[in-house]
Amino acid sequence: MIEVENVRFKYPSGVEALKGVTLTIKDGEFVAIMGQNGAGKTTLVKHFNGLLKPSTGKVRVDNTETTKASVASLSKTVGFVFQNPDNQLFSETVEEEIAFALKNFGFAEETIEKQITWALNLLSLTQYRKTSPFMLSGGERKRVALASVLAWDPQMLILDEPTIGQDHEQKEKLRQFIVQLQTQGKTVVIVTHDVEFVAECNPRVILMKEGKIVADGGGKEILTNAEVLRQSSIVLPQIAQIFVHLTSLGLAKDLIDIYEAKEILLRVWRERAR
Amino acid sequence: MSRSVFDGLKFRRVYSPIHNLDPRVKFIYVLGVFVAAILFGEILPLFTLFLMQIPFVLLAGVQKEWLRSLRGALFLAAFIFATNVLFRFIGAGYAILPTDVEFSAAMTLRFIVLVESFSVFFLTTSPDHLGLALEQSRVPYEFSFAFTTAVRFVPVLAEEAQTIMDAQKARGLELEKGNFMKRIRNYVPVLIPLIVSAIRRSLELAEAMESRAWGATKKRTNLYELRLHRGDLALLLFTIGFLAVEIYIRLFVPVPTLAQLLL
Repeated sequence: MIEVENVRFKYPSGVEALKGVTLTIKDGEFVAIMGQNGAGKTTLVKHFNGLLKPSTGKVRVDNTETTKASVASLSKTVGFVFQNPDNQLFSETVEEEIAFALKNFGFAEETIEKQITWALNLLSLTQYRKTSPFMLSGGERKRVALASVLAWDPQMLILDEPTIGQDHEQKEKLRQFIVQLQTQGKTVVIVTHDVEFVAECNPRVILMKEGKIVADGGGKEILTNAEVLRQSSIVLPQIAQIFVHLTSLGLAKDLIDIYEAKEILLRVWRERAR
Repeated sequence: MSRSVFDGLKFRRVYSPIHNLDPRVKFIYVLGVFVAAILFGEILPLFTLFLMQIPFVLLAGVQKEWLRSLRGALFLAAFIFATNVLFRFIGAGYAILPTDVEFSAAMTLRFIVLVESFSVFFLTTSPDHLGLALEQSRVPYEFSFAFTTAVRFVPVLAEEAQTIMDAQKARGLELEKGNFMKRIRNYVPVLIPLIVSAIRRSLELAEAMESRAWGATKKRTNLYELRLHRGDLALLLFTIGFLAVEIYIRLFVPVPTLAQLLL
């Protein structure tokens, strides 16, 4: 569980990126944090594994205050995958890249071997085991970065902009993968601009603006609230846009799921055809 | 430590009589100070040189950054002082003489004078001006461009290094752990991504520049031409006079050491 209590954070440059944020993320929750550039999303999630410590207020991870623990010890529970894989890849082979964190955490040799195989398989990277990560494509490098964090099987996972540079198929795989983590009871927090991806996943959505939380609720509820979205410069997901234009047909406006939308449209079409 | 030294060289856009001086003249002045600092090994003239920079710093209003760069140089200064004292101590047959301490202090002061004058120059000269000055001093454009680009990317790289450190810490890297050798090795996972991304960035920059016709014309013209104003001429004359005086003193006037004056 992650508890954030009235956190304010000021960068050394004097910019106050968080201006009093309070929230609780329960175990097993799937949360998407959205908002404009500079809203404080990344600053907020960097508090979850202690990379940043609050200027005032408190952050607790599983009842441990982050100011009282090292990043390394918190990271064992909270895995953080950075936006740009090039900010972390440095090893000669993909295998060594994944082993890096496992060695830092002091896992036994056999466990490391087992976890590497597991993580490679999970992200369909097995064929690249002995390849240099620098030889891979952008999307593959992103998966290596993800695998290198998943390898120690953290209880909570933070993904900063996971869909950037991924094609549609990879995004779909990522979605299924997150669903799979959910069934295992893991907590997943994503920071993203990708409205369509969030609409497809329908997680809890937290909207941020200028260092504050402006909305917090179910994906469907928030992503169909045009007024709230406009404040954060986010457009409605396409499905919701269609149904806004179809209000004259007397249809519900709060829709973001493709399959639900299809059913409703088919029903209308059949009724008219009759 | 290294970051604060860089801070002392980071330009901030403000306007002051010093900022408005022609970068070429300013550079000649810095060279003049440089030559003077090398010419004299005695503590009195070096201390005079040290004091001479302070009006410039105050006029430019960059005291804070300037002090930070001096603080950054402190470690190296202490090192220079310690090694000088140590070797003089050994050279004098394991005895500490006041003249040797004075000499060591003078060498340290020489280093500080060099750092402070270069710091004033970089703090008050924008990278654009610097590039312009290089170009109009007939340095080939390729070189002046490479130089200004390098200067401009220092803060970008510093920020990137911070992100990389964060990413590796999130994978359990503890930079401050282990003995001296281990600590150096701890930086490998930070340095490799930093170097790789710097190279990648430079390739991207090269492609972006070529697609915007960089180097299409052999003879470039400039929107801004550097011209010498009254202030520039005054500083130039001052530098020439100052150089003449220092050479005269060096050749014909014996400079006393503190030890001679006091003992």
